[in-house]
Amino acid sequence: MTITYREAIRTAVREALTRDSRVFLMGEDVGRYGGAYAVSKGLLAEFGPERIRDTPLSESAFVGAGIGAALAGMRPIVEVMTVNFSLLALDQIVNNAATIRHMSGGQFSIPVVIRMATGAGRQLAAQHAHSLEGWYAHIPGLRIVAPATLEDARGMLWTALEDPDPVLIFEHQVLYNMEGQLAEHAGAVDIDRAAVRRDGTDVSLITYGGSLGKTLQAAEALAGDGISAEVVDLRTLRPLDMPVILSSVTKTRRAVIVDEGWKSGSLAAEISARLVEQAFYELDAPIARVCSAEVPIPYPKHLEDAAVPQPAGIVAAARQTLGRRG
Amino acid sequence: MTPDAAGISPNVTREHGLTLLREMLRIRRFEEKCAELYSAGKIRGFLHLYIGEEAVAVGAMQALAPEDAVVATYREHGHALARGISADRLMAEMYGKHEGCSRGRGGSMHVFDADTRFYGGNAIVGGGLPVAVGLALADRMQNRRRVTACFFGDGAVAEGEFHESLNLAVLWKLPVLFLCENNLYAMGTRIERAQSQVDLCEKARSYRMPAEPVDGMDVVACEAAARRIAERVRGGEGPAFIEFQTYRFRAHSMFDAELYRDKSEVDAWKPRDPILTFTTALEASGNATDDQLAALNRTVADEIATAVQFAEAGTWEPVEDLLKDVYTR
Ligand SMILES: Cc1ncc(C[n+]2csc(CCOP(=O)(O)OP(=O)(O)O)c2C)c(N)n1
Ligand SMILES: [Mg+2]
Repeated sequence: MTITYREAIRTAVREALTRDSRVFLMGEDVGRYGGAYAVSKGLLAEFGPERIRDTPLSESAFVGAGIGAALAGMRPIVEVMTVNFSLLALDQIVNNAATIRHMSGGQFSIPVVIRMATGAGRQLAAQHAHSLEGWYAHIPGLRIVAPATLEDARGMLWTALEDPDPVLIFEHQVLYNMEGQLAEHAGAVDIDRAAVRRDGTDVSLITYGGSLGKTLQAAEALAGDGISAEVVDLRTLRPLDMPVILSSVTKTRRAVIVDEGWKSGSLAAEISARLVEQAFYELDAPIARVCSAEVPIPYPKHLEDAAVPQPAGIVAAARQTLGRRG
Repeated sequence: MTPDAAGISPNVTREHGLTLLREMLRIRRFEEKCAELYSAGKIRGFLHLYIGEEAVAVGAMQALAPEDAVVATYREHGHALARGISADRLMAEMYGKHEGCSRGRGGSMHVFDADTRFYGGNAIVGGGLPVAVGLALADRMQNRRRVTACFFGDGAVAEGEFHESLNLAVLWKLPVLFLCENNLYAMGTRIERAQSQVDLCEKARSYRMPAEPVDGMDVVACEAAARRIAERVRGGEGPAFIEFQTYRFRAHSMFDAELYRDKSEVDAWKPRDPILTFTTALEASGNATDDQLAALNRTVADEIATAVQFAEAGTWEPVEDLLKDVYTR
């Protein structure tokens, strides 16, 4: 069936609400308004205000309440409109969600799921368009996933809810309107493994989330040039699936990491460091990174485009690992 | 109080009455044009219109001196214009052009202007309040008789930053004017569904801050309250809170389908349109003739047309300058 990324998530939320009475959705404008990105549109009418719970503009309080409810046996799905706003709840996520399991010596788990939009591409400027998932991936105690396909948008939520620990789901905002085919019986998928989205032999393009589409475009362009690029979709940003990454790089002997986060201290930096630690002698070329420019996201389209990874930059980086110029 | 010289209202002369009307019209026409330009793809990103709420910014701004500071939200075109940022530079910013007041980097939600001490343009709900407290702290520490006017919505009142800021401002007796624009909605959430106490003045009073509600659809009432209260704040009595009771006529943003309110509710507010009622008051009191009003409308239309031309003729910042202004040096 034809479905959008947005509808795939909505289907997953609906299924979770139907399957498990402990599940509820909470966040700003998820009910009457229908969700800032319209993910939850229609769910209020189906499930009522107890389970589709509109909150005031109090990110710290409602994210913290999700953590508390999870502690006491519920399975909350907390929606934060945009990653930039999640910073108001950072204390709850980092100081509580990520630590309580450990601080309590394993007595308490926090099966909360926190979903949020991330990323640039819609000219929303410097307080609505950053990619901070790499920051969250720094934190032990959190699981971080980034669905980049319809299957993952549909399937990651249930698995995340079944996980006994906090899972943060990052939905790139340009993906919501992505449309494609999804099997009628599509259901839960794992949240542990990276996936090879395109096979290749010359260079590994390692990416996730909103950059997957651009990276596949780049791979297509490279193919036209006789370069066979393999595309690895990380899917889960913490913990990283190193076996899949390593087996791809061991095969191609070259790696380009594409990450919409800023280069300094990025997830791309972490992957690069691990490749150097674990596969140094397998590499035939220096690792390349295509990341966002070190600037808050600017409003005008030409500058926003220039600030974040684009297919042309990925192609150029890949060619460079093969010693080709221009 | 001086006698009702022009018959509009106490303290309002004919000339000032026309100024207030012109300022509200400038905002209305500017934003109507913005909505058009958004449909045409000239303005992108998020666009939040202030239409219906013009009396608040125009009235409150009358109480400020040039050396005072303003902190606003993402719904700030009205505040920017009323504060004196030119329609040209504001429109260029809406386009993202280099000639915009934020050099095009900010867009609709991030209007900044050093000349008028306009400190944004903040798209994080509640994010401006702590900054306003700091601006006022600096004034107090340097013994300057300045005021910081901080605009925010009813939605912001639910944020921790609101409560932390009010407490701090009272504790340190800082010259902040907390100007709450209560338009009854935060996106699609009506105030009753977000606040356990819908009397927002009570919240301020619980921090021992003087607080007053004002009819935000009445520009004269907005100005009078702002002037009176600003003088006390300027005089060193500490911060104060004004709740402007107003209403947004348009959708929250250009993406909002308005599923959460009936059109009839919006229609019920329309007779209270601050421009409509004030125009009627000016006419009824013999302070504005049809000719005068027509001339006023023409002047405003010309100003907006010129602003669009200015923005159209503006330039795109070169991509080579992408990393500019992340640091000062
Ligand atoms: C911290 C934060 N949370 C959520 C949002 C998304 N958002 C933008 S405006 C808005 C409503 C704010 O309502 P209010 O403060 O009443 O101002 P109004 O839009 O009515 O002028 C919301 C929820 C945001 N920008 N920042
Ligand atoms: Mg409001």
